[in-house]
Amino acid sequence: MINYDVLLKDLAPKKFSKRGMTWVIFLVIIIVAGIIAYIDQLRQGQVVTNMRDYVLWGIYISNFVFFVATSFVGSVAVAILRLTKNPWRTPFVRIAEIITVAAIVMAGITIVIDMARPDRLLNLFIHARLQSPITWDVIIIPTYMVISMLLLYFPLIPDFAILKKHFEKTKPKWSKWYGKLSLKWTGSAAQKAIHAKSIAIISIMIIPVGLLLQTIDAWLFSTTYRVGWDSTNFAPYFISGAFVAGIGSLVVVIYVVRKAKKLEAYITDFHFDKLGKLLVLACLIYLYFNINEYVIPLFNSKKADSEHLKTLFSGDYSIPFWIVTIGGLVIPILVLLFKKGRKPFPMLIAGIMVVIGAWWKRYIIVTPTLMHPFLPIQGVPESWHSYFPSLHEWLITSATLAMALLIITLLVRYLPIIPIQRTMDEQEMFKTENIAEL
Amino acid sequence: MGDHTKKERRKFLDNGLKLGIAAAIGGLGISKITSKLNANTEHNSGEKMELMTVDGTLIEVDSSEVMEVQHAEDHDQKYNVREGMPNRKFVMVIDLAKCKNALKCQQSCNKHHYITGDNAWLKVYKMQEEKDTAPYWMPTTCMHCDQPACVTVCPVDATFKRKDGLVLIDNERCIGCRFCMAACPYSTRVFNWSEPNQEFTLNMDMVNHQYSPEHSGMPSVKGTVDKCDFCPHQVQKNELPHCVTACPNGVFYFGDKYEDTVNNGEETVRLSKLLEEKAGYRLMDSLGTEPSVYYLPPVDRLVDFEDGLEEYNEFKSVDKPE
Repeated sequence: MINYDVLLKDLAPKKFSKRGMTWVIFLVIIIVAGIIAYIDQLRQGQVVTNMRDYVLWGIYISNFVFFVATSFVGSVAVAILRLTKNPWRTPFVRIAEIITVAAIVMAGITIVIDMARPDRLLNLFIHARLQSPITWDVIIIPTYMVISMLLLYFPLIPDFAILKKHFEKTKPKWSKWYGKLSLKWTGSAAQKAIHAKSIAIISIMIIPVGLLLQTIDAWLFSTTYRVGWDSTNFAPYFISGAFVAGIGSLVVVIYVVRKAKKLEAYITDFHFDKLGKLLVLACLIYLYFNINEYVIPLFNSKKADSEHLKTLFSGDYSIPFWIVTIGGLVIPILVLLFKKGRKPFPMLIAGIMVVIGAWWKRYIIVTPTLMHPFLPIQGVPESWHSYFPSLHEWLITSATLAMALLIITLLVRYLPIIPIQRTMDEQEMFKTENIAEL
Repeated sequence: MGDHTKKERRKFLDNGLKLGIAAAIGGLGISKITSKLNANTEHNSGEKMELMTVDGTLIEVDSSEVMEVQHAEDHDQKYNVREGMPNRKFVMVIDLAKCKNALKCQQSCNKHHYITGDNAWLKVYKMQEEKDTAPYWMPTTCMHCDQPACVTVCPVDATFKRKDGLVLIDNERCIGCRFCMAACPYSTRVFNWSEPNQEFTLNMDMVNHQYSPEHSGMPSVKGTVDKCDFCPHQVQKNELPHCVTACPNGVFYFGDKYEDTVNNGEETVRLSKLLEEKAGYRLMDSLGTEPSVYYLPPVDRLVDFEDGLEEYNEFKSVDKPE
């Protein structure tokens, strides 16, 4: 049994190692490059992208959808596991909460990057029209942002109080800040009752809001006439895809954090095994919706549908399509179905494949559809007939991904990444149970 | 103890609140009274004035009491660009049997809307549904749908539907999200990806020009959407849209559905009769967009389809200077 001091020493925030510092500098460089590219985009206009009148949405939108999807991890991993009282969630809920916050914040920023007139952002509020799915997004994204921040913050309060005490002598400045954030937490019974109730309310709230967020994201596409988007299957398809993207990202981040912070004693093979089962469940559900989306239309194939599917199965987008489907879904499922595949390292590989697959998957959902308008593409330069992101788009998109990773890195650096109080309580309970058994 | 202090606190807050409200009301009253007093002492001139009331009786009032009343704005008379021209419903008929891809419509449209981009607003498509069916030329403008998908999805009401049937864009409000372009099934909308530079490349004089959505492209605005506007600026001058007058073959008919007449620059015909006799239809009507543009099928053609191939350019619709 780990005692209190060891626990605190292991879990309290520590300075960046050399490797950590290098990582942060690396991210900052990518972000700076992206900001420069973005300023140039503001100056010259969206002409710096390779989007044109036919492919009018590109990597910015698919990246936005990816962020929105990833942010779903907070609803699933945290809230649902909390409400279903699955105790094995404890060591990684905070990481999931952090990913959620980083992803939803970046989703908000990314959608503004796609707007050609960010100077008119306020029009979204001044002239808002409730019938537009974009207005629904304007409502749901900030809502989800606030709830996910609360979901991160509330369980942290007791830990802040512990850290205040812990750093009292060694780092008084730090102690002061943690003290302020702990909101005078004393751990009294009354406080604990309010605390538990608040967390329960937030956990319940984030589930419908999270589902709505994914749904509205799907409706952005399915409210149009476009072949490949005009699908009643889209909302559940997006929700299940978000389930996959979120858990996949969680697995990868957990693996890295565990390695960097030497938390092998806290996040064990047992936890990976459980998480692996959750991920394979997510992937199987997603596979089911993929079959609905891509196989069933083959049977009653309308002309436009089959043209679209041909592009994906054997046409211009067949390589990314099959890589995403097999590499990002089928292989991870096969790996994760076996117990050996749910060991940390194979899980990392499967997780990386899932996340990369999830990112490209959004690209495949957004772009090929736009290549098949109802009327033929004529009278425009030849380059408009196809799309691949420009350097500006890659730089800016990489910067948004780097920014998300930087937010995660900094939060991992300054917050106790495993809930200290909870871990303590659980071990206390475990001890008393053992004694009772004796 | 705790309870007691709580009660005290509440009482204190309560009293404070009441006092505050009383003070506010008092202050308001005092300022009202003083202003009244000031007015009386300053302006009571003793001079009387005779006035006639609305029902015709004469009354006498002190001249200091007489103030000019601001006229209520007459909303009925002021032209509202978002409402459109009253009691009109603009429609177009495109006779595919007459089109031979002369492209005069497109050139005229490009010129009069100062298009500097690479995608014309008016397209003439080379159409052929199947290998065995006949090819034909199909000009398209904005369909000015009665159920416009673009207007439904616009988050800021930048693109709007008017009572006279037009779908227009307010380029000073558009945020450049391009959702309307994704929603439009007719691919009719084009985007200003960069600074249009009309003044520079087209020597356009914009100095004393007041922007209006009724003349798209005058000017085009970077980062916003443009499209065919059905030329309301021409209608205001009692003239036909540029494409109609430019077409050498009388393909385009423009008119008013309420008057049941359309005109192609050569003849005025009954809309209902034309549609009935020539089996008019609307493009992708099954989508439920209810376009304001009708098509007449390419039957009994006087011209060969092949003649149009000369002008056809798959990768170009806007001629650039030089």
